[in-house]
Amino acid sequence: MTPVAAVRDAGLAALVAFGLFAPLVGLRTDVVEGGLALRGRWDDVAWLVLLAFVGRLALLLLAGRRLPRLTLPAPLARAGQYAAPFFLGLALLLPWLPFIERYELDLGILVLTYVMLGWGLNIVVGLAGLLDLGYVAFYAVGAYSYALLSLTYGLSFWVCLPLAGILAAFAGVLLGFPVLRLRGDYLAIVTLAFGEIIRVVLTNWTELTGGPNGLSGIPRPGLFGLSFTSEEGGFADFFGLDYDPVHRVIFLYYLILGLALLTNWVTLRLRRQPLGRAWEALREDEIACRALGINVTVTKLTAFAIGAMFAGFAGSFFATRQAFVSPESFTFIESAIILAIVVLGGMGSQLGVAVAALLLIGGTELFRDLAEWRMLIFGAAMVVIMVVRPRGLVGTRTPSIALGEKRAIGGTYVSEGH
Amino acid sequence: MAYALQQLINGVSLGMIYGLIAVGYTMVYGIIGMINFAHGDVFMVGAFVSLITALLLGLGGGAAGPGALLLVLLAGMSVTALYGWTVERVAYRPLRGSFRLAPLISAIGMSILLQNYVQVAQGARVKPTGTLVPGGVTLMETDGFAVQFSYVQMLIIVVTLAVLAGFTVLVTRTPMGRAMRACEQDRKMAALLGINTDRIISLTFVIGAALAAVAGCMYLLRYGVIDFYIGFLAGVKAFTAAVLGGIGSLPGAVLGGLLIGLIETFWSAYFSAQYKDVAAFSILILTLVLMPSGLLGRQEVEKV
Repeated sequence: MTPVAAVRDAGLAALVAFGLFAPLVGLRTDVVEGGLALRGRWDDVAWLVLLAFVGRLALLLLAGRRLPRLTLPAPLARAGQYAAPFFLGLALLLPWLPFIERYELDLGILVLTYVMLGWGLNIVVGLAGLLDLGYVAFYAVGAYSYALLSLTYGLSFWVCLPLAGILAAFAGVLLGFPVLRLRGDYLAIVTLAFGEIIRVVLTNWTELTGGPNGLSGIPRPGLFGLSFTSEEGGFADFFGLDYDPVHRVIFLYYLILGLALLTNWVTLRLRRQPLGRAWEALREDEIACRALGINVTVTKLTAFAIGAMFAGFAGSFFATRQAFVSPESFTFIESAIILAIVVLGGMGSQLGVAVAALLLIGGTELFRDLAEWRMLIFGAAMVVIMVVRPRGLVGTRTPSIALGEKRAIGGTYVSEGH
Repeated sequence: MAYALQQLINGVSLGMIYGLIAVGYTMVYGIIGMINFAHGDVFMVGAFVSLITALLLGLGGGAAGPGALLLVLLAGMSVTALYGWTVERVAYRPLRGSFRLAPLISAIGMSILLQNYVQVAQGARVKPTGTLVPGGVTLMETDGFAVQFSYVQMLIIVVTLAVLAGFTVLVTRTPMGRAMRACEQDRKMAALLGINTDRIISLTFVIGAALAAVAGCMYLLRYGVIDFYIGFLAGVKAFTAAVLGGIGSLPGAVLGGLLIGLIETFWSAYFSAQYKDVAAFSILILTLVLMPSGLLGRQEVEKV
C-alpha cells in the first residue's frame, strides 16, 4: 500500500474513531441532583482519535513491510518439553522462594484455582469437544455443597471434598442429559442458560443459600486434624513452631496445587484409556464414532460428569479458602474466563491451559490498580489473542496414541468439536 | 380479565424490544453461522447513545416532542450502526475461515470489552432519565383495576412495527436484500456471482446494530433507567427469542421475541417475579431439546 493510500485509510479510521468515541467518551453522563448532566471530555476523544490514526497507519505501513513473522510455535514446542517440568518445579518451590510474600502466595492460589478449572473444562471442551459456557455452575455446586454440608452437618473439609465432587458430577449429568443432541453454538447457549439458572436459584432460594448475602463462617480445613490456629493442639503448636498465619496460606497453596495436579494426572491417564480416546474421537467426528459403535450418550455424559467433578473440587476449595460464598462469585463472566483460558491456551493442551491461566489471571492482576480498566484490558486481550493466534498459545498437540513414533502435530489439524 | 389484558399489553411491548434485538442475532447467524455474543452489548450502547442524545437535546426529565424523539432515535441508530460495523471489522472479519470456536471467543471478548468500555467511559452508576413520554389512556376499569395503555407502549409498538416493515421491504424488495438472502443461502456461490460478500456481511452487522439501537432507545423510554450491564440479560433473552422462532428466520425472531416477552410478563405476574429469568432460560433449553429448529425455522440436514 502506498503511503498516500495508507494515510487516507488511517484518516478514515480516525473518522470512524471520532464517530465511535465522540458520544460515549466525549460526553459523560453524570448523576446530579434532579437528573443527569453531561460533561464534555473532548481532550480524551482527541487522544483516542489520534491513537486510532497512528495505530492504523503503523499497522498498514508495517503490514506492507513484510516483517519476519513471529515464529512462536516452533521454539515454544521445542522448549515445551522443558517448560512443563520448569513450571512444575516453580510451582512446588514457590512458597520457599525468598521474595515470595503473603500477597504472591494468594495470587498463586488464585492462578492455580483457575489452572485447575481450566484443566477440568479442558476435559469437556478440549477433549470431548463439547462447548460448555456454564462451567461455573458446577463450581458453584461444589462451593455451596461444601458450605452447606459443613455448616449444617459439621462435616470436615476432607469428607466434603469428595461429596462436593460427586454432587457436582450429578449436576453435570443433569445438564448433560437434555443437551445430548445439541452441538456447537446451541450447546454453548444452553449451558450458559443452565449456569444462569443455577445462579438465579442460588440468589433467590434465601432459606437454603442465604440469597444474595451468601453463606459465611465456612470452616477452614485442617491437616490430619491439626487446625491452623494459634491455640494449643494447632499446627504450629504440634510442630513446635511459632504461630504464623502464613502457615495456613502455604497449606492452602499446596492443597490447590495437589488438586490441580490430580486433575492433570487423571486427565492424562484417561486420555490413554478407551474412554479418553472415545472423547477425542467424538470431538473429531461424532457420526464416525456412532458408526464404530461408540456409545455417544455415555461418552458425552462421562465427559460432563468428570469435568464437573473437578469443578466441584475446585468449588469446595474456593469455599474453604474464602470462608464465604455468594452467588456473585459465580456469574457468567467466570465461565467466560475459564473458557477463554482453555481456548487461548490451545484446546486440549494441558501446558497451554496452565500458561494461559498464568497470563490471563496473573496478567490482569498486574493491572489491579486500574480497577475498572482491568476487565476492559481482559476483553481486549481475548479479542487480540484470538485474532493473532486463533489456535491458542500452544500451537501443537501431541496425539494420545499413535502408530510408531509420537510426533507433535499442528493445532489446526485438531478438530474443535461439534 | 383486566389484569390479564394489562399483562398482555406489557408483554407485547416488552416482546417487541426482544424481537428487535433477536432480528440482529438471527441475521448474523443466518449469514455467517456464528452467535454474535456482543450483540446484547451493542443494544446497550444504543441505549446509552440515545440517552446522551436526549440529554444533549435538553430532554432530561421533561416530556419530549416527536421531533426530538425522532432525532434521538436516528442518532442512536447511526452511532450504534458504526459500532456494529467496527465490531465486525475488528473482531470477526480477521477470523473468517478460521476454526469455529475462534469467532465465538472473540465475540465473548468483545462483549466484555464493550461492557467495560461503557463502564469506564460513562461510569458504573445507574442512569435514571425520568419519563420522557408521560401519560397514556385507560382502556377499561373494573373493580378498581385500571388497564393502562401508556403512550410509551404505543410508541414502542408503532415504532417497532414501522421499523420492521421498513426492514422487511429492505430484505425482500431491494437488490441489497436479495444479495443478503443470497449470502445466507450460499456464501460461496453468491461470491462467484459477483456479490461482494464482505460488504454484505458488514451491512448485516450495520443493520442488526441499528435495529438493536431502536430497541435500546425504546428500552430507555420504557424503563427510564439504564446501566452498562443491561446488554447481557437482554442479549441472552433475545437470543432465546431467535432460537424459539427458529434461528435464521426473520419473522421467527419477531414472533419469538413476542412470545418471550409475553411468557416473561405473565410468569412474573402470576407466579414469581424473581424466577422470571429462569422461566425464559428454561424455555430456551426446552426449545432446543424438543424442537431444535424452532417454530418457523428450517430443519437442519446433517451431512456426512
